[in-house]
Amino acid sequence: MAAFDEMLPEVSGLRKPYSAYDRWLKEQDPARLTEKMQDAERVFRKTGITFAVYGEQEASERLIPFDIVPRIISGNEWRRLTQGIEQRVQALNAFLDDIYHRQEILRAGRIPKELIARNEAFLPEMIGVRPPAGVYTHIIGVDIVRISENEFYVLEDNARTPSGVSYMLENRETMMQLFPELFQQIKVRPVENYPQLLRQSLAAVRPQSTKGAPTIAVLTPGSFNSAYFEHAFLADQMGVQLVEGQDLRVVDGHVAMRTTEGYKQIDVLYRRVDDSFLDPLTFRPDSALGVPGIMDVYRAGNITIANAPGTGIADDKAIYSYMPEIVEFYTGRKAILGNIPTWRCSEPDSLKYVLEHIHELVVKEVHGSGGYGMLVGPAATKKECQDFSRKLQAKPSNYIAQPTLALSTCPILTDKGLSPRHVDLRPYVLVSDRIQIVPGGLTRVALKEGSLVVNSSQGGGTKDTWVLDD
Amino acid sequence: MLLGRTANGLYWMNRYIERAENMARLVDAGLRMALTRTQNASEEWNSVLLSAGSDVAFTQKYSDYTAANVADFLLRDTSNPSSTMSAIETARNNARMVRTALTRETWESINEAWMSLKRMLARPIDERDLPTVLDAIKRETALIRGSFYGTMLRNEIFDFSQLGTYVERADNTARILDVKYYVLLPSISWVGSTLDNYQWESILRSVSAHRSYRWVYEADYKPTNIADYLILNVRMPRSLTFCYRFLAEHLKFLGDDYGARHACHQTVEKTQAMLRAGSIKDIFDAGLHEFLANFIRDNTRLGDEIAQDYRFY
Repeated sequence: MAAFDEMLPEVSGLRKPYSAYDRWLKEQDPARLTEKMQDAERVFRKTGITFAVYGEQEASERLIPFDIVPRIISGNEWRRLTQGIEQRVQALNAFLDDIYHRQEILRAGRIPKELIARNEAFLPEMIGVRPPAGVYTHIIGVDIVRISENEFYVLEDNARTPSGVSYMLENRETMMQLFPELFQQIKVRPVENYPQLLRQSLAAVRPQSTKGAPTIAVLTPGSFNSAYFEHAFLADQMGVQLVEGQDLRVVDGHVAMRTTEGYKQIDVLYRRVDDSFLDPLTFRPDSALGVPGIMDVYRAGNITIANAPGTGIADDKAIYSYMPEIVEFYTGRKAILGNIPTWRCSEPDSLKYVLEHIHELVVKEVHGSGGYGMLVGPAATKKECQDFSRKLQAKPSNYIAQPTLALSTCPILTDKGLSPRHVDLRPYVLVSDRIQIVPGGLTRVALKEGSLVVNSSQGGGTKDTWVLDD
Repeated sequence: MLLGRTANGLYWMNRYIERAENMARLVDAGLRMALTRTQNASEEWNSVLLSAGSDVAFTQKYSDYTAANVADFLLRDTSNPSSTMSAIETARNNARMVRTALTRETWESINEAWMSLKRMLARPIDERDLPTVLDAIKRETALIRGSFYGTMLRNEIFDFSQLGTYVERADNTARILDVKYYVLLPSISWVGSTLDNYQWESILRSVSAHRSYRWVYEADYKPTNIADYLILNVRMPRSLTFCYRFLAEHLKFLGDDYGARHACHQTVEKTQAMLRAGSIKDIFDAGLHEFLANFIRDNTRLGDEIAQDYRFY
């Protein structure tokens, strides 16, 4: 299966977006580039940009490997992508509003009722609740894959608490430190104003009752969480407080944080804690990460929670397969960005097909994330396929399957020069009274030759992503 | 505006940085004594452990007071929460927690100190390498202090950090004096034998003051001068008076900024008044040990009051 290379496709030679970079690259001394690669690692380690890998005690703090060859997208390609993303994000928010209110889409029979009713990601507590400014999912990371010059697909809509944006920012920062001359020669659209945009976006969706400038805080599970670096980074860059559940309590109908001078009201909470841990009085009673009573404050309209509780129903993998219908239902137009064909194993015909073709498919858990609990058929052994088939038969509704796509590749720098590796792209979208997409995103790259798994927890790395100002 | 938890993190981060360094200083002083006085080496190591507040935990683990055992326990044993390695680890965990309150330079210096000490203290220290290791610890903590002073804004974040540093330092100096108070008493060390001279130098060395002492009091070691230097001197950066001058100053800044005075303000002023009131002779007359015991107790109370008044928990 020959993959499309975004820099050097086999058929046509060097692609245009990479021409200026390629000229520069050819002038570089390979030894110097290797040195720069090591510099980059030192920078990351020193600044403590690490992530924790669950289940690996020794490597409790690790770097996500960074590759110094940028992934380059032309201005035109980006414009097309953003149209598709905007449409999709609008549809996601409209779907969430509908599903927690009148449920028109179910009445219209466009998606099956039981898909919602029996879905753990659907929060009955959110029925009839309208969040401040009517926005449900404020920060979205849409995972996009490319398979040819003109074919882009959405792999996943991350509408809960998408992570990785700090890597987008640090990758750019590092590239600018390592190769300042490149940025003088090539006009790359900036991404570094993301924290300001995020802050403005959060401020714009404050509760109506807020007097004066809203107080914003980032809620983290704590310094042992795998994404803690990012939580601290974003709070820092936005100039807002980084709080934990233990800092917060409900005081006089508002959520307030314990400061050295007493309790201070919070208006907007950018939470990086999962729904089920948010409020021990409403959800998991054993949660120490949330705030007892915050859901009451929320229902009274006295705090904005971003993203809103219950947004998981929109990015659920079982819902995903209905996204083309959802986009059309709410925007009245065909989806600009396609979906990857998906077999829902809950449907007997699909299950039969998936079991017969398991060695050529990617099978995922409906509620899984991070590349855990999935099977990549072509890369799996016969035994792994058999074992997975048994799991599949035991609980078919827990799985979906997709064809193994020839994800596009982009070269990375290796000891032997450039070598193609599979990549995907996660642009970050901010929703308030408008939709903003930062030109760029996080390019994840599978560092192992031939591998299709780009997740950082499974040997993936990252690249700086350039959108050209052309 | 500052979260109570962040203030707590800053306070303890700095207490532990101070502690990491103090452990190295204590081992340094002990090593010096052991090198010069082979006969009483184990007694000397015992008082080092007493000063470090780690004597009980040590005896649960070891029976011999040797340089290797004590250095291992005070520098690299992670089951000892006050060892340099544990202290730097705790300091870094706190720094990680309060990272948004720190400058990039400060965070990086702590992170780098942790990385380099972790590497250096991974294996038991060869006695020949001990001086190099002690130097490295002092250098790393000096780098942290340097980037902290050089880059941090002088606001409440700075105040809470400094409170941690000086509460820990005052406690440390008072403990060192209290463990050795008897060698400073005129009745016993009347003559000033060679042994006493070593003891006195050891006290000064454990607060890195053996050279600066001579600049102030000339060459002679006199117990009253040593006590005066470590308790009452206003310019000696590890003296009790010096620590309290800064504790009072930073608490005053916080009081003014927040427009509120608390129990900790009264306590700090009371201790400061006590330090100002008398001469070293008065302190000796009333009992050096009693004085130090009171001081340590009040200093601990000050720490508790700061935590309570500023809602650390």
